[in-house]
Amino acid sequence: MTDTPEIQLPEDKPLEIAGKVYQSRLLVGTGKYHDLMETGHAIEASGAEIVTVAVRRTNIGQSPDEPNLLDVVSPDAYTILPNTAGCYTAKDAVRTCKLARELLDGHDLVKLEVLGEHKTLYPNMPETLAAAEELIKDGFKVMVYCSDDPLLAMRLEEMGCVAIMPLGAPIGSGLGIQNRYNIRLIVENAKVPVLVDAGVGTASDATIAMELGCDGVLMNTAIAQAKDPIKMANAMRLAIEAGREAYLAGRMPKKLYASASSPIDGTFF
Amino acid sequence: MQVKVNGEAVELPNGATIAALIEQLALAGKRVAVEVNEDIVPRSQHPDFSLSEGDRVEVVHAIGGG
Repeated sequence: MTDTPEIQLPEDKPLEIAGKVYQSRLLVGTGKYHDLMETGHAIEASGAEIVTVAVRRTNIGQSPDEPNLLDVVSPDAYTILPNTAGCYTAKDAVRTCKLARELLDGHDLVKLEVLGEHKTLYPNMPETLAAAEELIKDGFKVMVYCSDDPLLAMRLEEMGCVAIMPLGAPIGSGLGIQNRYNIRLIVENAKVPVLVDAGVGTASDATIAMELGCDGVLMNTAIAQAKDPIKMANAMRLAIEAGREAYLAGRMPKKLYASASSPIDGTFF
Repeated sequence: MQVKVNGEAVELPNGATIAALIEQLALAGKRVAVEVNEDIVPRSQHPDFSLSEGDRVEVVHAIGGG
């Protein structure tokens, strides 16, 4: 008998971020929905446990009875992940995180994103690194939106970020994972969770991210701007599960030519 | 006295507290965070923190975002 090489399957570790274990690997945003009711229903259909929010000025003197997002997405039911969207400097991002921590009674898990310019919303990595350093020093647990540069991803992990979140494509573009190779390299190197953040357009994009070994995917526009956001939220839930299962199952090797599925022996013609 | 709240000029009685401002803005009991001159003022200090002429106050809340 010849030795068959032992098949190395990836280990099925639960998703753990900053010491908390999550069942769902889909993280969702709350922007761009028609109304708060649709937001609530879509999040429920997505099965997400971590939900991002933005921090903005209150409208002075305008409709004080307006429902609040956190009434629909309750911090008791979800892990609220405040973002620093719209920040172009480390200073603004740090300020936003401090306001978010006060807003959420000391909850210190944040999504750091520092943007470079308006057209691509591409991450400004020098400012991101500066903000991450200051936030970590101040006790924040930083999940960081970043470029898909494997070396910068390692640097962010060394600094103490609790999750690395490279973009698959520009925010809100729906272009899907543009550089699978880099995402793969980041996953291979990382000991903290790697989540694709931004760029997913449809379910197959989310599946690809998971098949690459990502620990999760964060998305907003792909669900909120679908014609039927609630149906798409459910599709994304299934896509994430399918991609994860396929990753754990270990895909067959790719071949250049065909390989018959039915036996050649025993043919009668 | 006049303070800037979220970039807009707001008239307040001299020495008004943050709690009084929040009341005036009809935001009492709402989940908001307050910054005065770029420093966070914790919720527990709102009843005692007196504002001064020209203070720049930010009152923020959570809204939809990705």
